[in-house]
Amino acid sequence: MGNGTSIGRVRGLGSARHGAQHWLVQRYTAIGNLLAGLYLLFSLVGLGEFTHKALHAWLSKPLPAVMVALFVVSTFWHARLGLQVLAEDYVHEEGNKFAVKALLNLFAFAGAAFGLLCVVRIALGA
Amino acid sequence: MAQAETKPKSRPISPHLGIWRWGPAMFTSILHRVTGNGLAFVGLGVLLWWLYALAAGPIAYDTFAAHAGAWYGKVVLVGLTWAFFNHMASGLRHFVLDIGAGYELKNNNLWSVLTPLLAVAATVATWTVILLK
Repeated sequence: MGNGTSIGRVRGLGSARHGAQHWLVQRYTAIGNLLAGLYLLFSLVGLGEFTHKALHAWLSKPLPAVMVALFVVSTFWHARLGLQVLAEDYVHEEGNKFAVKALLNLFAFAGAAFGLLCVVRIALGA
Repeated sequence: MAQAETKPKSRPISPHLGIWRWGPAMFTSILHRVTGNGLAFVGLGVLLWWLYALAAGPIAYDTFAAHAGAWYGKVVLVGLTWAFFNHMASGLRHFVLDIGAGYELKNNNLWSVLTPLLAVAATVATWTVILLK
């Protein structure tokens, strides 16, 4: 018996035509991180006062609240994608890889939800 | 019909696991990964703690501020600022490489060396402004 035909051996091993999605979203969120991150940096340095009163007053304003909320979403999404690559590169056993990626998804969504709730709470005056 | 060979053909492997030497692009690439994952683990953790402390009130914020103001807190904050700028600079370099530019050896080496240096300069500038204000 042979080992199958050449075409049979490679069938199903090619591109599923969605590999670019991860790469593209990593770039889209990178642009989001860049804009929101620089906004946060310049705002904080410009504020120059890091007391609870000053920062709480700043974060209750609509624009800072929206920008920090977007920063939370963009950075957690970007980190989820980046850490996925880390797991794919260094975790070689399939079962462990699945477990790490499942945990990563839980932490990424939980972290982003927690950060958003804090911002919303401050912005809505609680 | 063409039968598939049982053994894979020996093909050139690059980069070879044993034959390599340090280059600027390699150093910048490793820094990009290290700072990115450092920001993900430490940076996002500090961000959440900071937002939580702000939302929870002055007492929780005092706890955060006490740690952030201690020597180890300052090391972490300066480290995160550096990681942010380094990841940003090498990330911007990636955008240039993504459009297919900057692969000429001289240019590639130049920007590989410049991105970490720019990050250090931006970190020093940021903390100088914060501390002098």
